[in-house]
Amino acid sequence: MTDKPAGLVQGTLDMLILKTLELEPMHGYGIAMRIEQISKGVFQVNPGSLFPAFRRLERAGWLKCEWRDTENNRRAKYYILTALGRKQLKGETREWARQAAAIARILEPES
Amino acid sequence: MSLLRNLAGGLRGLFQKEQAERELDEELRGYLEATVEEKMRRGLSREAAERAARIEMGGPESIKEQVRAVSWESLLETLWQDLKFGLRLLRFNPAFAGAAILSLALGIGANTAIFQLLDAIRMRSLPVKNPQELAEVRIADRNGATGSFVTRYPKLTNPQWEQIRGQQQGFSGLFAWGPTTFNISPGGEVHTVQGLWVSGNFYEVLGISPEQGRLLSPPDDLPGCAAPGVVISHAFWQREFGGDTSVLGRKITVEKHPFEVIGVTPAGFYGVEVGRNFEIALPLCVEPVIRSEFSVLNRRDGWWLTVMGRLKPGWTLDRASAQARVISLGIFEATLPAEFDAGDAKHYLGYQLGVFPADTGVSELRSTYENPLWLMLALAALVMLIASANLANLMLARASAREREMCMRMAVGATRGRLIRQLLAESLLLGLAGALLGVQLAHALTRLLVASISTPSAPLFMDMAMDWRIAGFTAGITTLTCVLFGLTPALRATQVSPGAVLKSSGRSVISGPARFGLRRGLVVSQIAMSLMLVVGAILFSRSLQKLARLDAGFTQNGVLEMDLDLTELHLPVERRAEFQRFVLQQVRAIPGVDSAAEAGIVPLSGDGQNRQVLANSAGQVIEGRSEMNEVSPKYFSTWHTPMLAGRDFDDRDSLTSPLVAIVNEAFGRKYLAGANPVGATFRIKSESKGTGPYLIVGLVKDTKIYDLREDFLPTMFLPVAQKAHHEQNETILIRSQGSLFSLISALKSTVQHIDRGIDMDFTPFDRLVEVSLLRDRLMARLSGFFGLLAVVLATVGLYGVIAYMVERRTSEIGIRMALGADSGSIVRLMMQEASVLLGVGLLIGTALSLAAGRAAATMLFGLKPTDFITYVLAVATLSAVAALASLLPARRASRLDPMAALRNE
Repeated sequence: MTDKPAGLVQGTLDMLILKTLELEPMHGYGIAMRIEQISKGVFQVNPGSLFPAFRRLERAGWLKCEWRDTENNRRAKYYILTALGRKQLKGETREWARQAAAIARILEPES
Repeated sequence: MSLLRNLAGGLRGLFQKEQAERELDEELRGYLEATVEEKMRRGLSREAAERAARIEMGGPESIKEQVRAVSWESLLETLWQDLKFGLRLLRFNPAFAGAAILSLALGIGANTAIFQLLDAIRMRSLPVKNPQELAEVRIADRNGATGSFVTRYPKLTNPQWEQIRGQQQGFSGLFAWGPTTFNISPGGEVHTVQGLWVSGNFYEVLGISPEQGRLLSPPDDLPGCAAPGVVISHAFWQREFGGDTSVLGRKITVEKHPFEVIGVTPAGFYGVEVGRNFEIALPLCVEPVIRSEFSVLNRRDGWWLTVMGRLKPGWTLDRASAQARVISLGIFEATLPAEFDAGDAKHYLGYQLGVFPADTGVSELRSTYENPLWLMLALAALVMLIASANLANLMLARASAREREMCMRMAVGATRGRLIRQLLAESLLLGLAGALLGVQLAHALTRLLVASISTPSAPLFMDMAMDWRIAGFTAGITTLTCVLFGLTPALRATQVSPGAVLKSSGRSVISGPARFGLRRGLVVSQIAMSLMLVVGAILFSRSLQKLARLDAGFTQNGVLEMDLDLTELHLPVERRAEFQRFVLQQVRAIPGVDSAAEAGIVPLSGDGQNRQVLANSAGQVIEGRSEMNEVSPKYFSTWHTPMLAGRDFDDRDSLTSPLVAIVNEAFGRKYLAGANPVGATFRIKSESKGTGPYLIVGLVKDTKIYDLREDFLPTMFLPVAQKAHHEQNETILIRSQGSLFSLISALKSTVQHIDRGIDMDFTPFDRLVEVSLLRDRLMARLSGFFGLLAVVLATVGLYGVIAYMVERRTSEIGIRMALGADSGSIVRLMMQEASVLLGVGLLIGTALSLAAGRAAATMLFGLKPTDFITYVLAVATLSAVAALASLLPARRASRLDPMAALRNE
């Protein structure tokens, strides 16, 4: 089960994007790669949902963007986490941990 | 905060659209490049890497579309685009757009017009301050009341009103009023205007302030009425005085008495009766002056007033009703008419007062027209549904023509929602245009409807201003129909797989059974609904025909009613009979007058009087009610009413001769066991004076009295010569074959020759008949109009479907013909399809009509809603029209050139 790429849990893509940007600004492709790598290929991000998510997060004021040169000397749009985005990420992380722990508690007796 | 940012971002997006698009393009290109490079690093060739990357990423247009969909401003933008695009498409198809808008406008117009009337009659609040505070005090259940009933709303007597006024607690102000008509001509021919009797505080409680002068106030309505003034309406002021401000202080002659104009009510105030406007108003206390010997002001059995008022703050209808019940017994004890016998008195004392809502005023139109109007609204809604089905069908046809366009757009990334939105924008445009035109149409139609139920003696006045209810109704039906005719085809049109269409080279792929099934279903439902409307139309027109052709017992044409007012002559009671007989003789002598007679009651005029009679039949006394009419000799021959037995009244019958009567067949059946009544006797039960016995000298055929719909009522006719007390007016019926105009002028000069002080009023009897059939005629016309619309729409629908089917099966027809089928068999083939649709539609329609027909039962005369002939006629009409509509395309199919048809593939 873990080898096959899985779809994302509804609504978690936004959180993953924010988390990926916590350390440093990145461009779209980089973000997709990072999510795939860190999740060890469990999550594969489809551009059809990635780009709308960028637009959504930008609108909410959690991201801002900037055109910069890449390591390959190409211009790319870099996404940067804003202060508001950082706050949002903290809140979502806490909420996620709470829910995950609760679900784990419910599932525990069975395993 | 985030909303504001979203708004700002959206506005920026709108203005910097091109830059944003460029950036998105660049970003996506970069993403693709990065993917390719990554794959090349893993050892793929550049070409293979590019291919793999493209497949992985999907269509860039589709991604862009999804990104755009995130932001609200794109919605606005695409809506605008859609509207522009829709407008362009409609401009390229003027025939389609015109047909669609016209049928929508007709549907919306008809619905709005009828709703507008319902709104005006039933729902609209009175145009006064805080109408919701208004309530009416009346007897909750007043069955079996006795006495004189004058005015349209004889709810209470004046003594009762005075008691209620003194004892009620729930109202901050209470007033009484009654509608009436006044003759304001100083002499000669009568000039009738709509009038109001009002208590002194009428305007004060309603909160009406004068436009000119002052309005009536409590000091104007004191017993005795020294020098009362008259208040006139704005419309009357404009019409009769040209809006001249010097009107104050001028005199108006009301029923021969001069009254000073003291004020004008503001425009828009029509009283508290919906459907009528008043022209002049007088205080209650003047009533004895105007009605003189017929005054009901102080009569305890004279019913003529309606009592209304404003509830005090904190008083609900229930609380006020409870208080009214408490004071009821005391009030009825104090106002008990002295002449009532024990039975009547017991009944009278059992009455209970109640308080009822009056925010919408009162209206006799409600009982007459409310249900018919709801029924007509239902019929109009059916027409609307048929029009929607028709449009849906047209849209479906267009959708299949555009299916390749749709597929192409989906293939390059348009979402389904986006396409549906675009198709809906087109329907919305049609709907808006239809609604705009429809509202105009509704205005004209409402005026026509009001004019058609208005009569010269009771002109209808309706406040037809647009209100939120009408606007909401129109918007509602427009939206509903847009969704009905727009959404289904839009859903269908976008339900395609792009691959399938792109693969199929030539002909349509979606016109499979499912798609065509929907169109057939629409036509079937159109035919079913049309049948309901046609059945309705035929039912109402047959009902009207039965009423108009009915044997009312008299010949309606060629009779003129002349009403004479002799008040000015001041004849003493004992000379009146002789004078009236003399006038009748003079009238009979006019050349061209075939026959003339005096009548106490004119049939269908709405007037009538009845008495309790006691008859001896086979040794057993029967008591019951009989209508009564006092007539002169030749009354029956003037009406052409056959004398079945015995004799007419003649000069033998006088005040000194034995009392005689002529009765109709219904009287004979009820009181004399159907035997020949000539020679039998009966008595009239009356409170006061001598009452018979009356010897029956003649038997006449049954005639209608109040209404053409009624069953024949037992009626007795008494000779006018034996009447003890003659009034100061005389009604003469004149039969003549000459022209009405010359007859009236001859009558005028004859009467004026007798005495210039006599007032005259003429009414051709046909007009009374017409008035009594107003509602039936309205129903027949409206339902006929709707039926016609329905048939036209359904025919167009059927034609469209058959024509479409012919086109779809062109190659099949070509093959059949190439294989030797003759044109007759092709026509048969096509007609088969049409007759299946027609048959199913008619079957469903018949079932629905039978189920819905009950709603019309009480409005029909002389036939049941399940009338067999009606159904046969309706089915035949619809079948004939439908056959014609499908024969045209079927014949076209049979004339196809087989080679051309095959090459077409």
